[in-house]
Amino acid sequence: MRRVAIAGIGFTKIREHWSKSLKDLFAEAALKAFEDAGTDEVDALYVSNMGAASLQGQLHLGAMMADTIGKRGIAALRVEAASASGGAAFREGVKAVASGYSDCVLVGGVEKMSDGIPAEVSATLAMSEDQEYTSYTGVTKIGLNALIHRHYMERFGVKAEDIAMFAVRSHENAVGSPHAQYPFKVSIDRVMASPMEADPIHTLECAGVGDGSAAVLLRPADEAKDDIIVAATSLATGAYYLSDRSDILTFEAVRQAATQAFKSADVSHSEIDVLEVHDDTTITGVISLEDLGFVEKGMGAEYVSRGDTTRGGETPTNTFGGLKARGNPVGATGLYQICEVALQLRQEAGPCQVEDANVGLAQSLGGLGSTCAVTILRRG
Amino acid sequence: MSVPRYWRETRYRYRLIGEMCTECGAIFFPRRAVCLKCGSVELEEYKLKEIGTVATWTTIRNPPEGYEKYAPYIVALVELDDGVMVLTQVVDIEPEEMKTGMRVEAAFRKVKEDGSSGIIEYGFKFRPIIE
Ligand SMILES: [Zn+2]
Repeated sequence: MRRVAIAGIGFTKIREHWSKSLKDLFAEAALKAFEDAGTDEVDALYVSNMGAASLQGQLHLGAMMADTIGKRGIAALRVEAASASGGAAFREGVKAVASGYSDCVLVGGVEKMSDGIPAEVSATLAMSEDQEYTSYTGVTKIGLNALIHRHYMERFGVKAEDIAMFAVRSHENAVGSPHAQYPFKVSIDRVMASPMEADPIHTLECAGVGDGSAAVLLRPADEAKDDIIVAATSLATGAYYLSDRSDILTFEAVRQAATQAFKSADVSHSEIDVLEVHDDTTITGVISLEDLGFVEKGMGAEYVSRGDTTRGGETPTNTFGGLKARGNPVGATGLYQICEVALQLRQEAGPCQVEDANVGLAQSLGGLGSTCAVTILRRG
Repeated sequence: MSVPRYWRETRYRYRLIGEMCTECGAIFFPRRAVCLKCGSVELEEYKLKEIGTVATWTTIRNPPEGYEKYAPYIVALVELDDGVMVLTQVVDIEPEEMKTGMRVEAAFRKVKEDGSSGIIEYGFKFRPIIE
C-alpha cells in the first residue's frame, strides 16, 4: 500500500447560505482545494452528503459535482454514512490512492440544511435510524441523545452543568475562527437558561443548522513535498438500535475505530496534539472523549469542565469550535474536521493554533454512535 | 407511506412481537435475520411482555415531520419484564410527572396520520400502570 498525503484543502464558511446551492458550495470548496494544492489534476471524486435526497430531492451527486467542477470523465460517486459520511468518504479516498487504483482523489463533503424547514431537517437527521421501529416513535436524533444524556447523569451522578460545559468550551475555541458559524463565547448560564430541546438537553447544547462544503485533495505521499501525511483511517460499526446495547453509554464503534487507528498509526493518546470530536450535542462529545480513550468512562464531563480539552489543556479538542460552534453541515462535517487538523499541523490555524501540533485525530460519528470513522494525520 | 410497507409491520407493531433464537434463547425486538448472541439463523416469533420499567426518557419538543400535533410528547427506553428493551412513546402522563424507574404497560394507540387522505398509522405506546 502507498502512503497517502493531503495535497490541498478547501472549505467555505459555515452559515445559512441562502443564495448558494449545493453545487455552488461544493465548487467553492473544491476549487480552493485545487488552488491550495497547486494542481487541479484529479482522477476520482468522492462526494460525502447525508441529506440532499431528502432536503433537495437530489441524488447522483457524484456525476453532478464532477460536471460542476469541470471534471467530466472521472470516476465519481456519493458516500453516505449518516453524519459520519465525511470521515467515511475520506477513508474511501485514502483507500483509492493507497491501493494504486487512483493517483489524485478529491474528497468533498457538502450539505445544505437551510433548504428545509425545522421539521424536515429533524426528519432528515432521524433518517440515520430505523424508520420502522425507531423514527416511528417520533424520536428525533437529539431525542436519542437525550436518552443517553439523562442516563449518564443518573448513573454517574454528573451535574447537567458539567456536561453542558462541552458547549461552552467549543464556543471559546471558535473565537477568531474565520469559517465558524458561531465564533463567539457563550456562558454556562446562558446555555442552562436556553429552552429545552429534548429534556435534559438544552437548545444551546445542540449543533445548529448550517450549510457548507469542505474538500481535500489526496495523492501518494512524496516526502520532499508533502507536509500532511495520513497516518491512519478506520471505520467501524456498532449496535444499530439503542434498545439493543449491553451499555447505552458506550459507543462500541468508536472504541473499535479508535483502537484500529491508534494501532495502525502507531501513536499513543499522549501524542495526539489536536483532537476533533463529533459533538452534535454535548453528551455525544463527552462520550466520544471517553470511547476514543482520552478519559475514563464516567469522567468525560469533569475532564471538559476542569479545562483539560482547552487549547492549552492536556487534549486540545475541537480547536475551531467543533460541531457546536464551527457548525455542522452534516455530510461535510467530517471533512471540516480533517481540514482543521491539517491547518493545525501546518501551523496555519491563526488565533486557533495549538502550539507545536504534530499529530491530530478526527472522529466522525454517524447515527447514535453506530458508525465511527477515525482519521489520524501527522506532519510529514 | 405505501400500504404494503405499513401492513408488513402491523403484526409486530400491533401485538409487540419480536423473535427468540431457538438455539440460545436470546430475544430480539425488532425481529432480525441472525442471532446476535450465537449467530444462528433459526429464530421464531416471540410475544414480548407488555409490562416494564422506564430506563431513561426524554420529552420531544421539536418533533419531526408528521408528529407536530402531538408535541410535546415523551419517548422512553423501557426495559420489559422479560429483559428486552423497547423504544416507545409514553402517553397519558405529563412530562413533569415522568420518573426513571416508573412502571408502564403497553397500549394500542394512533401514531400519526399520513396527510388527509393517507393511512392512519397505529401501533404500541406505553402508559403508566395505575396501581
Ligand atoms: Zn442465538
